[in-house]
Amino acid sequence: MNRSTIDIWVGIFVAAGIAAVIFLALRVSSPSSFTSDDGISVIARFDNIGGLKLNAPVKSSGVVVGRVADIRFDPKRYQAEVTILLFKGIDFSKDSSADILTAGLLGEQYVGLETGGDEAMLKNGDTISITSSALVLEQLISKFMLDKAAETKASQ
Amino acid sequence: MNFFAWLGRITLRSLARLGFAARFMGFLLTQSGTSFRRFHLTIREMYFTGVMSLVIIGVSALFVGMVLGLQMYEVLKRFGSGDGVGTVVALSLLRELGPVLAALLFASRAGSAITAEIGLMKATEQLRAMEMMAVEPVARVVAPRFWAGVFSMPLLAALFNVVGIFGGYLIAVPLIGIDNGIFWGQMQANVDFHYDLVNGGIKSLVFGIAVSLIAVFEGYDAQPTAEGVSAATTRTVVTSSVVILMLDFVLTALMFQGN
Amino acid sequence: MTSSAPLLELDHVCFSYGKLALLQDISLHVKRGQIAALMGGSGSGKTTLLRLIGGQLKPQSGDIRFRGKSTLGQSHADQYAMRKQMGMLFQFGALFTDLNVFDNIAFPLREHFQLPEHMVKDLVLMKLHAVGLRGAARMMPHELSGGMARRVALARAIALDPLLMLYDEPFTGLDPISLSIIANLIKELNDALGTGSILVTHNIPESLKIVDYVYFMSAGKLVAEGTPADISNSSDAFVHQFVHAEPDGPVPFHIAANDYSSDLGLGAKQ
Repeated sequence: MNRSTIDIWVGIFVAAGIAAVIFLALRVSSPSSFTSDDGISVIARFDNIGGLKLNAPVKSSGVVVGRVADIRFDPKRYQAEVTILLFKGIDFSKDSSADILTAGLLGEQYVGLETGGDEAMLKNGDTISITSSALVLEQLISKFMLDKAAETKASQ
Repeated sequence: MNFFAWLGRITLRSLARLGFAARFMGFLLTQSGTSFRRFHLTIREMYFTGVMSLVIIGVSALFVGMVLGLQMYEVLKRFGSGDGVGTVVALSLLRELGPVLAALLFASRAGSAITAEIGLMKATEQLRAMEMMAVEPVARVVAPRFWAGVFSMPLLAALFNVVGIFGGYLIAVPLIGIDNGIFWGQMQANVDFHYDLVNGGIKSLVFGIAVSLIAVFEGYDAQPTAEGVSAATTRTVVTSSVVILMLDFVLTALMFQGN
Repeated sequence: MTSSAPLLELDHVCFSYGKLALLQDISLHVKRGQIAALMGGSGSGKTTLLRLIGGQLKPQSGDIRFRGKSTLGQSHADQYAMRKQMGMLFQFGALFTDLNVFDNIAFPLREHFQLPEHMVKDLVLMKLHAVGLRGAARMMPHELSGGMARRVALARAIALDPLLMLYDEPFTGLDPISLSIIANLIKELNDALGTGSILVTHNIPESLKIVDYVYFMSAGKLVAEGTPADISNSSDAFVHQFVHAEPDGPVPFHIAANDYSSDLGLGAKQ
């Protein structure tokens, strides 16, 4: 086999391989990596985060506006402390509220953010004070059962 | 009683071989200068390991992708999320099937050929002839084949992924009728560059090193007879396959733990 | 270096592989312009001896000197420098099967020197001409007959103009014509290049015609030596058996075994 023919074929092979990597990078995947330089990080405390995971999306009006950067347990307050990274260029008011919501009935959990009426905006390191915890299915069911039981008792 | 003696002997022999393989790897690395100084030696081997594997990689990937498309759609439809078929196909390929299947195919296509070639060169005294011409066979014959394998494997895995995703696309969009935009959009929204793509790439690189090393080692260590070479070729495929699957478990556990 | 000083000297060399003693107390020497034959039955350790000379194996005791310098304990680089001055013809040629005849012979030249391609071509064609195969330059090794392959391998072995030629059973598997061609080439090349040669063989009649000195080996030991004339007229029982190809003699027809009749179960039951 001629050396230049081999070179051409290997060249085609390498070019195709690199093109494949570029295709995978641009068309198939999206970059996840954005650090605190890319936005501000705020803290929200929840009584129960349910199944919230690291890197879960933070959405407002259904649009992704940030990600969950850190989840830890606050041993003093006995609450979950969730660090949220908000994308640059989107400002939320200081009295915004954060809820842990579920996508669909059994879908992944995410943080829902709703802005308030305050003039002041959230700054890096601020804490969101209005939060509501995740709905836990077991609690929901037992609450429903208890209500039902109470209803039946009352009607008797 | 006999069984334990046998077990002990097997263990000792395997350990000795592992030690020899490690020493061989060290020697191979010290003799790798030639593979880069005279890069056309490595390019030539990339033709035989990489280019010649393209057809089997492409055809297999296309069918794997199509099967994934059909199966995954079948399952996802039950949960009312048939639109996510692109995501599932891409994730299975990028994280697992791409690197693993490409490496398994590479081991049986290129790895066995490398072992047979080096083993036959040993059996026909070509390696000794080279030594007597003051040319180190590990530098001239073994190292270029090793590096060609290491370079080819990630490229082959990337091509496997792309062709596989295209196979999934063929099933999802023209056949099942999922919207083209939704197929790609869902995929892109849920596949992470670092977490899925880079980790998959690291896997294929590790597999490439493992398979190439096993292939050249078995060839170099083969008994210089017809039976010896055929046994070594078989060992390359068997050992590579087991090592790929074991390494895959270890790497998956390291990379995708937690969240 | 004077011409009388030996090119290669083996001094009481012993080599064993594990517990198996392959060579015991071998001493021999070759001068420039001389062809020494190393004869002996199969498995008498001749090929091992060649590997010791090439430095591919190390003896347990004794010394090997090439051009007056010991080859033992030399560095990897020194060993490779020494091998450039040695040429070896392997039993079945050991041609590189993925290269054609021309590239096979050009291989050592291209590996060791950065020569312009036209010089490589001239050198290769000269070597090919010396073995009479200039016309086969573009053929692949599998297209060659056994005799032609051996001649190509010979051309490759002399590509670096070695001082010492090692021949490992060069006559094996050749027809009578090819055999005498190879034998003549060995003699001619030795005279023309002024090399020393060691010829490992068990082809007595052909090699006695061309060699200057003969060493006889049996079971890893030197048992006889002398000029071809001495050997032909030797009264030594072993040499006599070997030279005249007698089936039985000091080298027995039967491998050591138990008593025949008892193996067959015919012995008196004790």
